[in-house]
Amino acid sequence: MHELGIVFYIIRDVKQAAEQNGVEHVSAVVMNIGEVSTIVPEYLTDCWRWAADKEEMLKGCELKILTVPAITHCDSCGEQYPTVKFGKKCPHCGSDKTWLLQGNEVEIKEIEVT
Amino acid sequence: MDKVKVIEIKKSVFADNDRDADSLRSELKSKGVYLLNLMSSPGSGKTTTLIRTINLLKDKLRIAVMEADIDSDVDAVKIKEATGIQSIQLHTGGMCHLDAEMTRQGLDNVMLEGVDLVILENVGNLVCPAEFDTGAVRNAMILSVPEGDDKPLKYPLMFSVCDLVIINKMDVLPYFNFDLEKCKEYVKMRNPRARVIPICALNGEGVEAFADWLLEEVTNWKQ
Ligand SMILES: Nc1nc2c(ncn2[C@@H]2O[C@H](COP(=O)(O)OP(=O)(O)OP(=O)(O)O)[C@@H](O)[C@H]2O)c(=O)[nH]1
Ligand SMILES: [Mg+2]
Ligand SMILES: [Zn+2]
Repeated sequence: MHELGIVFYIIRDVKQAAEQNGVEHVSAVVMNIGEVSTIVPEYLTDCWRWAADKEEMLKGCELKILTVPAITHCDSCGEQYPTVKFGKKCPHCGSDKTWLLQGNEVEIKEIEVT
Repeated sequence: MDKVKVIEIKKSVFADNDRDADSLRSELKSKGVYLLNLMSSPGSGKTTTLIRTINLLKDKLRIAVMEADIDSDVDAVKIKEATGIQSIQLHTGGMCHLDAEMTRQGLDNVMLEGVDLVILENVGNLVCPAEFDTGAVRNAMILSVPEGDDKPLKYPLMFSVCDLVIINKMDVLPYFNFDLEKCKEYVKMRNPRARVIPICALNGEGVEAFADWLLEEVTNWKQ
């Protein structure tokens, strides 16, 4: 299960950041998740609930997910377009010399403490 | 209500692993050990290909294999019996991939004295292993003909991190709707530098090209 593995990395990073900031309990973790990151947000939050509640510092801590839209840049015509709708081929000029500008993020944005 | 304090982090969950992988790579460089990370779907022919390749190379290179099967040591035993080389089982703890830390722990169980090449047979899956740098010098993957020529389109990340794509089970090509030229084109779309080597692990055809590639890679790494 891919998402569960990811949750363990998030927990490790959050605990480390909390300790560095002298925080005893984290109430929410905000994630930037790219549209084409292969992460399924519902699975991620389910796995999070199960794993985070096992940690004293993260009991009841909410995982908030912000979706980062996937955008592809075309080298041939210089335009940008939504990746999910058009894929690899540029809808402006038909070229496939394109690359992903953003949208594969699996990033911890911030943590909230009360 | 209590006031909420926000602490900005802005850190990729892969960042620590990427750093661990880089440090493992430079350690291996100083020891003169080449690590290859071999990935694929289950049953594409990794073990069969490795046995053929190792038997071609074992007089030229000292080789060890790490097998990342989740719940058996069948492949590790098979490789040892068919080639006589050092072959160990890696425990993934049910994980869908290996990261740099798990790879390092696996290497701790390998007798690295005099070893030139370690091949890691990763967990059989085309998604998760692609996201985690194991610390290997190169990533390679095996795609078998029955899986279809459009896999590079469906699993873009996997194909963009691999420098070598082996197309296996070429003997069954007449029975499948698999276009080798098209497949090569899709692979190049993901990684223009990627080498594509068609083989048949069952009868050994083409395996020499893979062995030559490895020998050259290892020689360059040790310089
Ligand atoms: N026809 C044909 N069959 C092959 C070829 N290479 C491997 N096989 C068969 O494919 C099956 C799987 O091969 P393995 O080498 O065990 O594949 P693997 O990728 O190591 O499998 P897992 O470790 O279980 O994921 C076996 O029955 C092999 O005999 C080939 O070139 N042609
Ligand atoms: Mg195998
Ligand atoms: Zn364009």
